[in-house]
Amino acid sequence: MLCEIVDRHGGQATSLLQILIDVQMRFRHVPPRIMTALAGMLHLPRTQVEAVVEFYRFLSVTSVGRFDVRFSDSVTDHLLGSRDLAARLCQRLGVKLGETRVDDAVSIHLTSCTGLSDQGPAALVNGHVLTRLDGDRIVQMADFIDQGMDLDTWPKNWFKVEDQVQLAGLLLEGELPLGASLERALTLHPADIFSEIDRSGLRGRGGAGFKTAAKWRFCYEGEEGAVPGDPTIARYVVCNADEGEPGTFKDRVLLSRNAQDVFEGMTVCAKAIGAQHGFIYLRGEYRYLLDSLLRGLKVRRLRGLLGRNILGVEGFDFDIEIHLGAGAYICGEESALIESLEGKPGHPRNRPPYPVTHGYLGQPTVVNNVETFAAAARIMAYGADWFLSVGTPESSGTKILSVSGDCERPGIYEVPFGSPVSDLLRRCGADDPMGVQVGGPSGTFIGPDEFERILGFEDLPTGGSMMVFSQARDVVAIARSFTHFFAHESCGFCTPCRVGTSLLGQLIDKIAEGHGTPHDLIEMTQLAAIVKNTSHCGLGQTAAHPLMQTLERFPERYQERLKTLFFEPGFDLDGALEVSRQMTGREDAHAHLTQSG
Amino acid sequence: MTDLMTHKIRIATTSLAGCFGCHMSFLDIDERFFTLCEHVVFDRSPFTDIKHLGEHVDVGLIEGGLCNAENVSTLREFRDHVKILVAVGACAINGGIPAMRNHIPLKECLEESYLVAVGIDSPQIPNDPELPLLLDRVRPIHEVVKVDYFLPGCPPSAEVFWTFLTDLMAGREPQIPEAQIHFD
Amino acid sequence: MDQKTLTIDGVELSFDPRQTIMEAAAAAGVYIPHLCHHPDFKPHGSCKLCTVKVNGRFASACTLPAAEGQEVLNKTLELNQLRTRITQMLFVEGNHFCPGCEISGHCKLQATAYGLGMLDSHFPHFYPARRVDASHPDIMLDLDRCILCELCVRASRDMDGKSVFGIAGRGMESHLVVAAESGALVDTLIEVSDRAAHVCPVGAILIKHTAYEKPIGQRRYDHHPIQAALLQEDQGD
Ligand SMILES: Cc1cc2nc3c(=O)[nH]c(=O)nc-3n(C[C@H](O)[C@H](O)[C@H](O)COP(=O)(O)O)c2cc1C
Ligand code: SF4
Ligand code: SF4
Ligand code: SF4
Ligand code: FES
Repeated sequence: MLCEIVDRHGGQATSLLQILIDVQMRFRHVPPRIMTALAGMLHLPRTQVEAVVEFYRFLSVTSVGRFDVRFSDSVTDHLLGSRDLAARLCQRLGVKLGETRVDDAVSIHLTSCTGLSDQGPAALVNGHVLTRLDGDRIVQMADFIDQGMDLDTWPKNWFKVEDQVQLAGLLLEGELPLGASLERALTLHPADIFSEIDRSGLRGRGGAGFKTAAKWRFCYEGEEGAVPGDPTIARYVVCNADEGEPGTFKDRVLLSRNAQDVFEGMTVCAKAIGAQHGFIYLRGEYRYLLDSLLRGLKVRRLRGLLGRNILGVEGFDFDIEIHLGAGAYICGEESALIESLEGKPGHPRNRPPYPVTHGYLGQPTVVNNVETFAAAARIMAYGADWFLSVGTPESSGTKILSVSGDCERPGIYEVPFGSPVSDLLRRCGADDPMGVQVGGPSGTFIGPDEFERILGFEDLPTGGSMMVFSQARDVVAIARSFTHFFAHESCGFCTPCRVGTSLLGQLIDKIAEGHGTPHDLIEMTQLAAIVKNTSHCGLGQTAAHPLMQTLERFPERYQERLKTLFFEPGFDLDGALEVSRQMTGREDAHAHLTQSG
Repeated sequence: MTDLMTHKIRIATTSLAGCFGCHMSFLDIDERFFTLCEHVVFDRSPFTDIKHLGEHVDVGLIEGGLCNAENVSTLREFRDHVKILVAVGACAINGGIPAMRNHIPLKECLEESYLVAVGIDSPQIPNDPELPLLLDRVRPIHEVVKVDYFLPGCPPSAEVFWTFLTDLMAGREPQIPEAQIHFD
Repeated sequence: MDQKTLTIDGVELSFDPRQTIMEAAAAAGVYIPHLCHHPDFKPHGSCKLCTVKVNGRFASACTLPAAEGQEVLNKTLELNQLRTRITQMLFVEGNHFCPGCEISGHCKLQATAYGLGMLDSHFPHFYPARRVDASHPDIMLDLDRCILCELCVRASRDMDGKSVFGIAGRGMESHLVVAAESGALVDTLIEVSDRAAHVCPVGAILIKHTAYEKPIGQRRYDHHPIQAALLQEDQGD
């Protein structure tokens, strides 16, 4: 059994994570003896196997239930009552959140945003996606689970995922003929491909906005003194489909309706930089897309668009492999992603060196976002001018946005760069919102007086998440949820993020629950600066953004929660006596403590 | 702090979940105690047997962390009455040795001590209202009140006490030199 | 060959282009606080105690390559306050009861705290429940004190060729694991002569039967502030 799984993945050490994902599916956990066996079969230290199992949330040392339910725990799911639904399911099934029922029938967890914010509350059951959950479905679901009903027999529409494209533009309108952009690329030298992409002004769509052409060129040219395009050097193309930023789901939609564009963009990149191997790193939450993506790749191989001698060009060999993630936001960070591709825990690497020179297996590697590849494909086919006709000088083209939260028409909006936020708010039917989280929790929270700010690298950069919050929402609760998200997703590598994000979580809890003092706000601000300034990677560096940005914009919302007192404990003091009270049966005056002195 | 120079500094001390080691170490300033007494008077303290704090106390020295409800009340009485509250010693600062029980659930601790351990003939968890109830975890004092100064050490050496108090008497911001900082 | 130079706190020093800022500083006798760095091992960059400012931006001295003209700030009030907070995070994250710790007086975490003038732990304590492993006849593990610096991981992998240690888990749940299905150190290949058994900067990996050999007053950092002691180590003495 184990041999079969290992063989299916080629028996490579780099496939460790892929193998473990299958082991988890098969055995509902990864038993210690299997870790030992795998270490032997793959010639890996056992510690690495254990490290991987315990790093990824979708792998576990103890058994999950035959039905393993994971409720999406994004703030947008909260707004739709997800926590309550999870609690009700737990209650009906008699199982504690985060635990497995004694009969092994079911386990229920919360999980970070599953990328379905426009059709939540969402959940995963054994890796399958459930959308638009409600109280009735929870009741039925509990029955199905108790009766052990196969997922195939559950109502089909429960699993329905809609694209919800509300506004299409350069990338989502029309269809790019299969191979069209590759054919053009084949007529060009690498240098001309770079300059065409460069002229289009395309910048990375994953958030940081690095110039795509420059990245490709660095990868092709290699380090100082190297021979540009040296054919003896293995290079890699990696598509970042980890899409973990809460509130983002545009890569999901691109991969379900425009996957060929993405494959084509990757192949163009391979042609330009001289790569033979490509990877799509698909987040575990999107596993349900795997089969259709694999079919799409097969189509390309049949059409001679992937594989050996692509489109008949002697020596142009390139193929794409899909690697699954397993529940780790940090694996969207490119160097952590590469570690994960190599079958390791997703710890971000030290930089320099950068992936363009030392990426997958230490080889030059291009990592781009799904949308970046989709855009590159169309730019190759239609030309830089076509792309430049939309957007601003700093930010050419369009941006695909994932809109969710308090609005009438959530979904996908492809807007020209340079559009003001207010435009989008009108389109999606959000009247008089209190604020918008642009670019997800690691991005920028803006208030009403900033709605005329424009989307673009020159003002509000965004990976694509747009969460709208109405006046009825509590901004402190929103910041609190995001802060816990980062603490939950911190990879644990560096001290300030590992410990600091948890401490920030404690502080915001204290304030939100009405036990904070002005002293705590100062403390929080100072701690936020340390976490931001000293963390190893973008996760820690942005983890305090939600707190600081909402505090800056809505200080009164924080102030009104503060006690005027000098000091209050950050834990429930009277609660700390509860065990003693129970064990002694005492309830006298001395058996209690007040929270404030 | 200037008014401290004109009248005697009132000091109160107490031991919460501590072992009195810090107090003993304080006494190790030996003959300097006489000099000290020219400048300070002791309020509530094991040195004086005064049971409750006076109205205007300048400095409160707290030895020990918080292991029960009474510790919390005493600490709060100190905070309410003293100008400068000082956490003295490892236990006050991080819970110290008593906090080594923290990773064992309190229920287990109590059961082990009063119900199941060998040699117990009338197993019962003491529930006399006179006895303070235990907190589920031992806590350092800065988690419950605002603390102004910390004198680390187990115990802090006599030199640390002396440095701290002479700085105060001279009206200086107390500054413990690196060579005197010890956690053990 | 033209000498390359950078400045640390305004003082110019020359460096070899393959050096990191930490290495260049150590070679010139400048102490930059550090815990996960050790001159014998590949830079790791996780503790962040070595945070400096390079041309106005925060960076880790142990991993950033030295470069011509860098203006490095090291011994500033701002940086030392920040390092104190990071050290305090390491204290509250584990269970550090120095009075009862075999390594007290020889501990780099403790000595680093002294060097920074740290008097308290500032943050609330987590008091995690961690493992003690006394299964091995010569070596003892007390994970209460592990600061996740991965020095033992690197030593066992890169020097001993055994990969006895690893870090598993994520975030605050990260923890040291050993290469044995039983989870017990005695079932691994470690020997007391291994480098990994001696590299721990704190009291998490201890050699049995050697505790408290030196009386208080004669321990490594009793009279030797960490600056001097660590500079010696970094310069290869
Ligand atoms: C914590 C963290 C998470 C990230 N997650 C993603 C992600 O899910 N998808 C993505 O494309 N980029 C993500 N990024 C950015 C990548 O590191 C990288 O910059 C990007 O994939 C480069 O592609 P681009 O140039 O096409 O944008 C993340 C960065 C950080 C720091
Ligand atoms: S900042 Fe956070 S996520 Fe990034 S390396 Fe440090 S611990 Fe890991
Ligand atoms: S490891 Fe160091 S800091 Fe931790 S308890 Fe021991 S001596 Fe103290
Ligand atoms: S056991 Fe020691 S050397 Fe190993 S990671 Fe922990 S602190 Fe570092
Ligand atoms: S010494 Fe540089 S990060 Fe630890």
